[in-house]
Amino acid sequence: MELKTTAAVCGMGHSMKRKEDPRFIRGQGHYVDDIKLPGMVHLDIVRSPYAHARIKAIHTEKALAIPGVLAVITGETLAQFNLHWMPTLMSDTQMVLPVEKVMYQAQEVAAVIATDRYVAADGVEAVEVEYEPLPVVVDPFKALEPGAPVLRTDKKDKKDNHIFHWEAGDRAGTDKAFAEAEVKVKQDIYIPRIHVASIETCGCVADFDRVMGHLTVYMTTQAPHAIRTVFALVAGHVGLSEEKIRIVSPDIGGGFGGKVPVYPGYVIAVAASVVLGKPVKWVEDRMENLQADSFARDYHMTAELAAKRDGTMTALRIKTLADHGYADAAANPSKFPAGLFSICTGSYDLPHAFTEVDAAYTNKPPGGIAYRCSFRVTEAVHAIERITDVLAQELKMDPAALRLKNFIQPEQFPYKSALGWEYDSGDYPAALALAMKMIDYDGLRREQAEKRQRGELMGIGISSFTEIVGAGPSKQFDILGIKMFDSAEIRIHPTGKAIARFGTKSQGQGHETTYAQIVAEELGIPAAHVQVEEGDTDTAPYGLGTYASRSTPTSGAACAVAARKIRAKAKKIAAYLLEASEEDLEWENGKFFVKGAPQKAKTIQEIAFAAYTNHPPGMEAGLEAVDYYDPPNLTFPFGSYICVVDIDSGTGAVKIRRFLAVDDCGNIINPMIVDGQIHGGLAMGMAPALMEEISYDESGNISGGSFMDYLVPTAMETPSWETAKTVTPSPHHPFGAKGVGESATVGAPPAIANAVVDALAHLGVRHIDIPITPEKVWTILHAKGVAQ
Amino acid sequence: MSTHKIKVKIQGVEREAEVESRLLLVHLLRESLSMTGTHIGCDTTHCGACTVLLDGQPVKSCTVLAVQADGREVMTVEGLEQEGKLHPIQDGFWQEHGLQCGFCTPGMMIASYALLQRNPDPSELEIRQAISGNLCRCTGYVNIVKAVQHAAAALRATKERSTAA
Repeated sequence: MELKTTAAVCGMGHSMKRKEDPRFIRGQGHYVDDIKLPGMVHLDIVRSPYAHARIKAIHTEKALAIPGVLAVITGETLAQFNLHWMPTLMSDTQMVLPVEKVMYQAQEVAAVIATDRYVAADGVEAVEVEYEPLPVVVDPFKALEPGAPVLRTDKKDKKDNHIFHWEAGDRAGTDKAFAEAEVKVKQDIYIPRIHVASIETCGCVADFDRVMGHLTVYMTTQAPHAIRTVFALVAGHVGLSEEKIRIVSPDIGGGFGGKVPVYPGYVIAVAASVVLGKPVKWVEDRMENLQADSFARDYHMTAELAAKRDGTMTALRIKTLADHGYADAAANPSKFPAGLFSICTGSYDLPHAFTEVDAAYTNKPPGGIAYRCSFRVTEAVHAIERITDVLAQELKMDPAALRLKNFIQPEQFPYKSALGWEYDSGDYPAALALAMKMIDYDGLRREQAEKRQRGELMGIGISSFTEIVGAGPSKQFDILGIKMFDSAEIRIHPTGKAIARFGTKSQGQGHETTYAQIVAEELGIPAAHVQVEEGDTDTAPYGLGTYASRSTPTSGAACAVAARKIRAKAKKIAAYLLEASEEDLEWENGKFFVKGAPQKAKTIQEIAFAAYTNHPPGMEAGLEAVDYYDPPNLTFPFGSYICVVDIDSGTGAVKIRRFLAVDDCGNIINPMIVDGQIHGGLAMGMAPALMEEISYDESGNISGGSFMDYLVPTAMETPSWETAKTVTPSPHHPFGAKGVGESATVGAPPAIANAVVDALAHLGVRHIDIPITPEKVWTILHAKGVAQ
Repeated sequence: MSTHKIKVKIQGVEREAEVESRLLLVHLLRESLSMTGTHIGCDTTHCGACTVLLDGQPVKSCTVLAVQADGREVMTVEGLEQEGKLHPIQDGFWQEHGLQCGFCTPGMMIASYALLQRNPDPSELEIRQAISGNLCRCTGYVNIVKAVQHAAAALRATKERSTAA
């Protein structure tokens, strides 16, 4: 990309070193658990050992007798204020604390507040709960069978465990295309429960000022403004009014979607602070984080693809059963119960498609949040990219050739997909061609053939994904009715420096740097002179927060538009100062100059000073602007990934030898940060592909509930990622960007799965569900008689 | 709960504290001494966010009792910077974009510091092994490896200059 600004200004395209790093590398980050307020007390939570049980009694006497224990809060306590249930973002309900029964193992049962976190833990041990176990439903298919125990007995008319049915596309047209198809393939694909496991767990410090009635909550949230409104709506009846609620999201130690929901712990901490009149800190431990916070995925999909014998795809059909646990606590836009799953036609020109999702209640933690992806996009991409390889295998076609044959072509954009999306821009053949060239695809295929002769197992996997991010246009996208715009507010100080505030909230993405670079690009003020702030609802403009790769498409766009409003006013001031007409002025590199007389110029700094000291008569003083940006469309980042694996035929272990990611996220603000986002996304794509899974036994006992058995990749399993770019700007975004934080998480799993299946394809293997553990591969190798 | 008087040298400065037997070293640092640069990320000694040096060896301070540090030396992330000058490890992480959310970073830097103390010119594999007890969810590790290589080169260059002088 051509740089328009100097290194000193550091606008778009510069790999500026991050402005937030000086505090982090000194251990001076400011995370929730670092907050210590005068008189602060600690909250710890009693959790259920059962997945489904009636609560017969909760005995708190022994806990209350411990010196330092101040209170024990139960569902009965909260029920006095009608706060024992709360709404989920999907208009379902979930318990804050139970009064009747628990619905999953590790569910919150009671909370102990004490002067010290150790004493609070002592108190938790001393609370005695009497349970009466109830029949447990863990399998979502069995949950929907007639006669299955109805779990949500709190819902008066609920006679089954079905949550919703959702569908998109043309069912009849798709069925007809399948009936007429020359070739059809069908594959069951399961993506298990996984957990984002940000290294910082969730927590808060709730500080209620009894005198003034003000509530301040420092919390690990990706969406502070929305949380403030939710708190006001849920607790308005007990006097928490929105102007008296301040949510502060300080430095966040990774979010990835896990810090979007409102968890019971936050609400209990707020209630405790209101009851006790003291600041209350709650920080969950890792096991609580993995066992009780919202999960991701858990999609049981059946994908079918129809094609002509020459490989031309003609129709796609996917039927899914979603396991949501005991409540639908997904964090999707309200009109999209299955998120943006209808991106499942992917990068291919599919004339017909139909998809449907049904969701079921089970005795598992509530959820359905993202794991570093935009609302079920990973599930959709995994389905299409896997079934495409299954078709290639059926047709005995090279998977790259099959993709190239079916790609939406560059000249077809904007492209209307069979499931109703208008893809903004793309050049899919270019991305795959670049990846194939860089990795020497033909050479790898030759090597694979030679190795196969020698009995060695090597596989090459491709994923050519299309994402859908940047939610979203207000006509379709809202959360609890709040439209999914996002905001920027920029103020230029008299000395030409600036402060910029946003409705989003970085959790490591580097907004303090990239937003400053956008201001620098648009106004010529050095990025070093732009202070970026987010996360304090008292100061930042309202916005829906950071998730779904939406910050650059929404707040980033708002930043550019706000800066352009400032530039428009700056032009009027410059015209006044230069005694020229506005039409005679041109803008370049942070200054307005008179056409044909470049020496007659005013810099943005001179203009800023004049805005406060010598502004034109009749004009308002000051130089600032705010913008609430409502995107006209979503953005559609894409890429082609190629993964090369070697499989140890003795142990079944999969080793990623090479992984090349060619990404296209449109125009790039900071190449260093974009590469960092892709590296991290790739690691979080590899994790569920090979290692991570949360599963339950038939009694609802969790496995994968601590880092002992929930396997997060270390530097040893993670390969040295290779990256490259193509650049296809978004035509509707103010500076042509698309968003990048999640592309790699979405694109990587099928590339890895396809590589492993490719390594075993000659043995008749067509599909393996992720995570592809050594045990799964070892079992296949033994069944096929090729284990060494 | 019995308490114990302990003396711990932290970044070379002797600190005294009266602690419960069960107090973890990480809580002594974070809560009693308000040094919050050392973070807590798990309960099972897996994530390494709480890594500190105990007598020069990297340990996970969530699994060390404060009383076990009695009479010993501790160094945390706050001890890396000297006289207002960043340690090359810190500079390496900054220059190479070796951090994103910053939560694992203190532990990562301490583990890397310990590696470079014993091995000034580590291979990529040796770096990956040295940080394999520290989980990072943001970076995919590539830039952390580069950060440590950056620091190793800077430290070697400094040593060569001082040897030449």
